Amino acid sequence: MTIIKRGFAALAAGALSTALAMPAFAEPVKFDFWFGLSGDLARVVDTLCKNFNASQSDYEVVCTSQGNYDATLQNTIAAFRAGKQPAIVQVYDVGTATMMLSGAYKPADKLMEENGYKIDYADYFPGIARYYATSKGEMLSFPFNSSTALMYWNKDAFAKIGKTEAPKTWEDVGADLKAMKDAGYDCPMAINISANESWQLMEQFSALHNQPIATKNNGYDGLDARLEVNKTKFVQYVTDLKKWYDAGLIKIKSKDLGQDMVQAFASGTCQVIMTSVGDHGTVGKTQKEGMNWGVAELPVYAGTERKNSLVGGASLWVLSGKSDAEYKGAAAFLNFIHDPKTALFWSTNTGYIPVTKSGFDYMKSNGFYDKAPYKGRETAIASLTASEPTEITRGIRLGNFTQIRAEFGTQMQAIFANKVSVQEGLDTLVKNGDAILDRFQQTYPGKMLP
Amino acid sequence: MEKRVTFSRWTIGILFAVPQLLLIFTFFYWPAGQAVYWSLTLQQPWGGGNIWVGLDNFRSILSSADYWNSITASLVFAGISTGLAMFIALVLAALTDRQLTGSRFYRVVLIWPYGIAAPALALAFRFILAPEAGFLAVVNRMWPGIWDPGLDGADAMASIIAAFSWKYVGYNFIFFLAAFQAIPRSLIEAAAMDGSGVIRRFWDIQFPLITPTIFFLLVINITESFQDSFGIVDIMTSGGPANATNLMVYKIYSDGFKGLDYSGAAAQSIILMLLIIVLTIFQFRFIERRVHYR
Repeated sequence: MTIIKRGFAALAAGALSTALAMPAFAEPVKFDFWFGLSGDLARVVDTLCKNFNASQSDYEVVCTSQGNYDATLQNTIAAFRAGKQPAIVQVYDVGTATMMLSGAYKPADKLMEENGYKIDYADYFPGIARYYATSKGEMLSFPFNSSTALMYWNKDAFAKIGKTEAPKTWEDVGADLKAMKDAGYDCPMAINISANESWQLMEQFSALHNQPIATKNNGYDGLDARLEVNKTKFVQYVTDLKKWYDAGLIKIKSKDLGQDMVQAFASGTCQVIMTSVGDHGTVGKTQKEGMNWGVAELPVYAGTERKNSLVGGASLWVLSGKSDAEYKGAAAFLNFIHDPKTALFWSTNTGYIPVTKSGFDYMKSNGFYDKAPYKGRETAIASLTASEPTEITRGIRLGNFTQIRAEFGTQMQAIFANKVSVQEGLDTLVKNGDAILDRFQQTYPGKMLP
Repeated sequence: MEKRVTFSRWTIGILFAVPQLLLIFTFFYWPAGQAVYWSLTLQQPWGGGNIWVGLDNFRSILSSADYWNSITASLVFAGISTGLAMFIALVLAALTDRQLTGSRFYRVVLIWPYGIAAPALALAFRFILAPEAGFLAVVNRMWPGIWDPGLDGADAMASIIAAFSWKYVGYNFIFFLAAFQAIPRSLIEAAAMDGSGVIRRFWDIQFPLITPTIFFLLVINITESFQDSFGIVDIMTSGGPANATNLMVYKIYSDGFKGLDYSGAAAQSIILMLLIIVLTIFQFRFIERRVHYR
């Protein structure tokens, strides 16, 4: 027995000394990744992190959910001011301008180049890449979870009024909603008018119709951009929505009132909604038994040349002030996420779309979009790539855009509660939004957007 | 003969006070001073630098219609919810004090609401007051569209007032009940033997004797309605619809943390602080005169 024991001890000692001698066995370099997703999506991110840690032994990513996008940005700022920032952070689309002026990041393209990774930036869907790139086209952050808005329509309800296809123009939508109301549907269409719906109601609409939200090409060309949604086609759109709301064709559904619009659609209560492709999975999982539904690109007004829709979601920023070893790890992680196989994993488990052409092709060749639960999600890619992005449909690059969205919600509520007219409400939105932009510009005197 | 304990040297006294002063400085004066400094500058959120702007932040806030709307909403909220919470608690405590059937049970149960965290409470009220699926949906079934906190500002304000008052009824109840029970039984019994009824005894004996408690609760309730309303507003209305429930404390949060306008938020919190100080001075100056301390 003692001999065996001694043998084991010697073996263990030997193993230990080899481990100490060999750098390959060294502790992996740890780095932090903060993200803003929660619930189911947070579990998918955790799995993604585990897969990365299992795929190699040099680095270990520690992934921490901060609850939501707002909190992620707030906590990151607080951590950065205290010098305890994570290496990688997920920042939502509208935080891009704030990040670009922060001076707190390491450009993603430089990071990859320094660490010897070759990324083909032309492989990104242009609608996605341009949203996050500088005006010169450099990628400062990596697109991560991406989506776009789609129209979800109840095929059964449309069949009742003799339609087999989703309406393509807003004129048709108006007629179809009326027909459904006459056919006895209490809620032909559901919308919500809080700050978050600025995305599908104002931002996506403006991009599809090639209408500016702000001057200076939506802010890409300077911090002195100011809003102009009170004199574009958007005014007509809000007028129509309000008209349909007054006629009972549109109902407002929100969580505060008891049922949000995705639930209202999935339960068959409301027949049409506009929401992110990211809700495709939720609708599929929670839909009323036997309900037939589909997704389509958002409608445009008749006679409009359709442009690409905007990407929504978030990108990954690498923060400054970390060690070279951590940057090496961060680069390896970003490279891992860029891989088409990760794209397949990511899109299968969430509703998000692949961000690169190669990822999309890889998923197509795997038959992803032919299978029942995922069928229809390719519509999002079609919507995002409907045209080459124009100067206006590249995206929105406005400071403190979260506050402008909040102002959007406030004014829409005032309009729908008949407190102000459509034009008055949108004028106030522009006035208050401009004050926010003005303040942002004053905070960064003499600075330019990269 | 001098009965107080005195120190032979003043330095010893200071030394004893130092820990307390240090705590107050670190947790009150230093952050408050920092807030004053921020309110006079434009802070870059990431800490890249700041610019001295003097009173510009205050000027832009005070010239904004939204801010005045927020002050009005806060005052309405403070007035109604303090009134409601104190009145209901007073009635409940008076009844419990009369040893009615089950008063021992109420004494325990009525304290619970105060123990519930504001967000949890707000979530519960959101379900109760939801116009389509909540308990109040009945009202809408009878008169469609009459209750709509999603679009009607007055309804939304009523919702947060209901939630806040419900919580503070519990808090006020504890103090009122303690005050009632501190009144010597013999006084009330004597009055009863002289032939005065319940109401008469309440107004002539109990009420005057609990004025110090009423005054204390008034100050606390008003102060808390400016500060503790945050969680309720955040969960129930997020300041909407159309800013109808955008109370001052919530506006500070949304401008500062969501909008990353740290300087504007700092200026707003200075104004809020001043407002509360003024209100409290006012109460001590004018209402306390009617308070009879024993």
